Amino acid sequence: MSKNGMFGASGSGDTSGFGGLVNTTTVIGSTQRPFGGYFDQVADDLERAYPLFSDAIEKVVVDRGELTLFIKRDRLFDVAKILRDQLKFEMCISVSGAHYPDEIGRELHAVYSLLSITRNQRIRLEVCVSDKDSHLPSLVEVWAGTNWHERETYDMFGIIFDNHPGLTRILMPDDWPGHPQRKDYPLGGIEIEYKGATIPAPSQRRSYK
Amino acid sequence: MTTFTDPYASSQETTEGRVYSVTGGDWDSLVTEIGATKEERVVLNMGPQHPSTHGVLRLILELEGETVTETRCGIGYLHTGIEKNTEFRNWTQGVTFVTRMDYLSPIFNETAYCLGVEKLLGITNDVTERATVIRVMMMEFNRISSHMVALGTGALELGALSPMIFAFREREKVLDVFEMISGLRMNMAYVRPGGVAQDLPQGALAKIRETVKELRHNFKDNEKLLIGNSIWIKRTQGIGYLDLAGCTTLGITGPVLRSTGLAWDLRKAQPYCGYEDYEFDIPTTDTCDVYGRFLIRMQELEQSLRIIEQCVTKLEKLEGQPVMVADKKIAWPSQLSIGADGMGNSLNHIREIMGESMEALIHHFKLVTEGFRVPAGQVYTSIESPRGELGVHLVSDGGTRPYRVHFRDPSFNNLQSTAAMCEGGQIADVIAAVASIDPVMGGVDR
Repeated sequence: MSKNGMFGASGSGDTSGFGGLVNTTTVIGSTQRPFGGYFDQVADDLERAYPLFSDAIEKVVVDRGELTLFIKRDRLFDVAKILRDQLKFEMCISVSGAHYPDEIGRELHAVYSLLSITRNQRIRLEVCVSDKDSHLPSLVEVWAGTNWHERETYDMFGIIFDNHPGLTRILMPDDWPGHPQRKDYPLGGIEIEYKGATIPAPSQRRSYK
Repeated sequence: MTTFTDPYASSQETTEGRVYSVTGGDWDSLVTEIGATKEERVVLNMGPQHPSTHGVLRLILELEGETVTETRCGIGYLHTGIEKNTEFRNWTQGVTFVTRMDYLSPIFNETAYCLGVEKLLGITNDVTERATVIRVMMMEFNRISSHMVALGTGALELGALSPMIFAFREREKVLDVFEMISGLRMNMAYVRPGGVAQDLPQGALAKIRETVKELRHNFKDNEKLLIGNSIWIKRTQGIGYLDLAGCTTLGITGPVLRSTGLAWDLRKAQPYCGYEDYEFDIPTTDTCDVYGRFLIRMQELEQSLRIIEQCVTKLEKLEGQPVMVADKKIAWPSQLSIGADGMGNSLNHIREIMGESMEALIHHFKLVTEGFRVPAGQVYTSIESPRGELGVHLVSDGGTRPYRVHFRDPSFNNLQSTAAMCEGGQIADVIAAVASIDPVMGGVDR
């Protein structure tokens, strides 16, 4: 990935001279064993409990002392169930999302933070889906608490969680167009009209570009 | 004219002519039965503008008489798009946004966010001890002020006015401490990536000691008002039941989880900010009800005071230590001070950058307008806020602005338990159950 300009400005907006800079962003690759800490133990336990482990997991990333398992979406439900039942990750603390428009074919990421009270450990699951086919299995059956988190992720990113008991918008109004947290959705979103004059959305103003 | 005998309409001859009276069959009993089985099903919208729902929370209740058969929450009325906004500001400015999420625990929002940024930067161990101790002290003060609102408004919603007056009196004292230290009473943006905005002012520790003493004395008033109060007990005991299994599947943390008897507190279980060096207990109850949660909050006040006292002792020893990391590429360049109108640049700093050092001016300008770069990657940091696990998921693409900021707010998650706590109970108990979750809508909707 690369990013142009120092302030993110393009065209005539940037008079600083930094507009021609090109910054490359590193994508963190897969981590090889040993992972360190309790992460090897978690991986071993999961491999033992789930024979299809190597097929289900795209990559394992250990970064800044945190373990992330990238899971194929077809296997997500099975892996989640095994993590809860056999590895004792009793709580799905949160479901977050992220939009990477540059990663063609895997633009939308859902990020699950799991907590095991028994083991006093945390891990993170990440699932990538494409913008055009943004379906994921819902984990409400595994952890009922993911209900609202999945609704929020749907609301903000447009990821559709199949088999969710009631996948509706939760923070935005029901008839809101678009999914605000996507990178192609402008800040502010709607133009403000006042006495005939139109003020552009904040992201269209120069200082934010 | 042909006539036929109608089984339901007998007729009789009168002076006015033939009169039919429509009776007979089993219609009478049938109508009575309809009345008996007719559903008294009412769908009631409570909120979003209702004084007892803890903010702009909309509860959609399905009632049969006084019994609640189904509960749903409607949220989003306070959605402000803070997470989206932070993506358009630099990392330091993010503090000013996130402090406004859960407006009753601003210091927790700031600290969780800053711990995340520091983890991304890899400077977690470079934060000075003095800054960390100040953070802990501010957090514990904030826990007190937040619990005071929870207890005060919770009692108010159940009809007890006096505890609210007393609780807000104590909260004012805590806010006075915040004002003395940060210049602001709420939404301070005091905790910054790399440390805190400024050191404690002269005489702060003495004032804090005095405040702790006053608070400890005054908490007894509140206890007298509620603990053992027979109305309070009747309104709260056995109400809003949620056991450990329910808490686990719903991801509930904080006082609600601890009311099931499980002593799960991130300050002990997964210590951050050096909490392992403090002596304090985790109050629990095993009643799983509103009363248990109330007792836990009451007892946590005393534990917070204990931690604050230990902080003061530590801070006396750490006098003179800096409160910001030494790295000049991260630390805010200006020397902040509290003036008449709150926190601002000190005159000495302005004199230096405007009159003495061109380099200092350039440095100031670059760091303030553009900000520092944060290496690419993602982290999840979590702390124990007054309401449970406050988690922050941060993603950086290597730039000067966050790529994604997500707050896992405990209020948002815990509010999901409303249905489990309320269904099958009385409508009046819905208020007690929601108050015991202590949701803050600013955090729920962000």
